[in-house]
Amino acid sequence: MEVVSPSGLQEALDAKLENPSAVPLAGGTDLMVDLNFDRRRPDAIIDLTRVTELAGWDRADGAIRLGAGITYARLVAEVAPELPGLAIAARTVGSPQIRNRGTVGGNLGTASPAGDALPPLLAAGAQVELASATASRSLPLTAFITGPKTTALEPSELITAVLVPVATGPQQFSKIGTRNAMVIAVTSFALALHPERHGVTTGIGSAGPRPLVAEAAESFVEGVLEEEGLWDARGVIPGAAAVRFGELVADAGQPIDDVRGTIRYRRHALGILARRTLGWAWDDFRKVSG
Amino acid sequence: MNLNLKVNGREHEAEDVWPGESLLHVLRERLGQPGSKNACEQGECGSCSVYLDETLVCSCLVLAAQAEGREVVTVEGLTEDGDLHRVQEAYLEAGAVQCGFCTPGLVVSTHSLLSRNVDPSDAEIREALAGNLCRCTGYAKILDAVRLAAGRAQGGG
Repeated sequence: MEVVSPSGLQEALDAKLENPSAVPLAGGTDLMVDLNFDRRRPDAIIDLTRVTELAGWDRADGAIRLGAGITYARLVAEVAPELPGLAIAARTVGSPQIRNRGTVGGNLGTASPAGDALPPLLAAGAQVELASATASRSLPLTAFITGPKTTALEPSELITAVLVPVATGPQQFSKIGTRNAMVIAVTSFALALHPERHGVTTGIGSAGPRPLVAEAAESFVEGVLEEEGLWDARGVIPGAAAVRFGELVADAGQPIDDVRGTIRYRRHALGILARRTLGWAWDDFRKVSG
Repeated sequence: MNLNLKVNGREHEAEDVWPGESLLHVLRERLGQPGSKNACEQGECGSCSVYLDETLVCSCLVLAAQAEGREVVTVEGLTEDGDLHRVQEAYLEAGAVQCGFCTPGLVVSTHSLLSRNVDPSDAEIREALAGNLCRCTGYAKILDAVRLAAGRAQGGG
């Protein structure tokens, strides 16, 4: 096994082009487990932790461009005002040790259905930036993740960044697990309000082969808010509408039975998370606007 | 490959390191620093917690090559001139050590917490130690130890 430790992005992309089977390594919270347990023996590893271009974030025309190597700890500390949903999710990841190492690019690359960053990125309408030594491209998150732990990444490409629109309204995230720390979500849900366009967007985690959007639930609650004039009146969402929103989100899930939970439990929990996060976000909107 | 890194203030060179091994393995098996414990090897238990360039990490999740040229501080490096650090003293006095296996990791995590927050609330202590598992104590005496160490730091001790 060979380890390459490039210090710049071009050098890293050249290494990936030269050996497309080389596995990228950032915080090690996924790959090192596989190495330690002898589940995986890649012939080469590209250590991305010295690539300075991947380690930062900047503002870009109404969005935040997060370098793939930015850690959960930095998301919590640095971008919570602009990307509140992602920051809330980042705060629930693992433990301090894990949040200090795990990266947003790693969460995207692993593409686990349970990845905590994925539902809020989906609800926020994130674009994933990919590059090879010769070209770069950008894909919506919905197109980037193609199935459980599979992505549209080509062998010669690396994930370089994720472009996330700055929040225009309250955002929420919640997940269910056996304890607060060190939990792989049994199911999770993210929600974003967009007051300027009277929109509600969603992201379902750990209840399907990949993160899912609850489109029927979004349309339903947008319809209720519009009909009742609630965006302008900053009124309370009728209880029955919030319950129905939860049911529609639960219907949008495609959970499986596995060691962490059953289909029935996941669907039930998902509906409750959806109803609660809608209530929290809507209360925030009413407070801020009122 | 040969690996050069600073551990507890001293430059070390480890020879013939297999490129796939973890920093934890290098520390324990090649550099004679067995304080960091090897238990879960998947970042769940925190027994191998160390500082890597002043950041608290699980050394089992750091590839050895990622530590090249970096500075590592382990539980052994927290003592000053052979005297126990006040966090270590507090763990002893509070009876927070039973089998002792988790203690080095908890001591490093506590050290990290108190370096950021001199007067943590109970909720902040629980959050900061959430990545360190102890199967003996039930955690009550561990929380006592953290409060004791924090109180002494504030008192200038």
